[in-house]
Amino acid sequence: MPIEWVWGLIGGLMIGSAAALFLLLNGRIMGASGLIGGVVDGSQSGSTRTHSLLFLAGLIGAPLLYNITFTAPPTYLTSNIVVLIVAGLCVGFGTRLANGCTSGHGVCGISRLSIRGIGATLIYLGAGFATVALARHILGLI
Amino acid sequence: MRGVVSLFTGALFGMGLLLSGMTDTRKVQGWLDLLGDWDPTLAFVLGGAILPMAMAWRIAAKRKAALLGGAFPDRPDAKITPQLAIGSGLFGVGWGLSGLCPGPAMASLSFGGWQGGIFFAAMVAAMIAQPRVTARFQSVR
Repeated sequence: MPIEWVWGLIGGLMIGSAAALFLLLNGRIMGASGLIGGVVDGSQSGSTRTHSLLFLAGLIGAPLLYNITFTAPPTYLTSNIVVLIVAGLCVGFGTRLANGCTSGHGVCGISRLSIRGIGATLIYLGAGFATVALARHILGLI
Repeated sequence: MRGVVSLFTGALFGMGLLLSGMTDTRKVQGWLDLLGDWDPTLAFVLGGAILPMAMAWRIAAKRKAALLGGAFPDRPDAKITPQLAIGSGLFGVGWGLSGLCPGPAMASLSFGGWQGGIFFAAMVAAMIAQPRVTARFQSVR
């Protein structure tokens, strides 16, 4: 088994454990787009907002500390500004309209056998497959 | 104590994203690249993440409230709405183009360079605009 798959499994277990603890201890769904979106669009208030902010501080802070100590692996993100902006807009608008992303619909939804979570995941996976096929193999954009 | 849990789970999520390869856009786009050199790593990430969460839902079903207080979230309607379908489709396009979804975009903010900053700024701008844009579209229709 390639080492990347092992790290994928270990990291995946950490992601799922974080979601499990956030639910069982604090009663919250660990969905990244909901946590980020709820803070920036002002729809959250009071202790909900405080806990979202603390969660996001951990989400930025832990990799930051890791990067200072060990140097994080590169993201290999494209330098094409148009692609970056269009992709960012699609991800931000789409996840808020759909009320969830990979963590909320994918991890938290599928594990609950939620119809919405499974449906959303099949749709964004399908759109992702089609986009890479078109943008990489036909248009040569990425 | 609830605050410590929020901070800790955020940190655990961030480290899980980093170590699993979710902040490596080549791995994510490799997973989405069925016509090319397909990379199955993300199946291990998703499988590994679903396992503890499935156990958590079973435990939650037997309890009235979260361990540190507060009700569990309600189960949403099973309906696949047009918003869910259109939003997920748009998200998939952006995910495929960049290889980033919201969690890894934020986790990699400190080391993702200017490219990560631009992606994140566009994502946040769209998140702020979304409720207004959707409301306007619905009022026109």
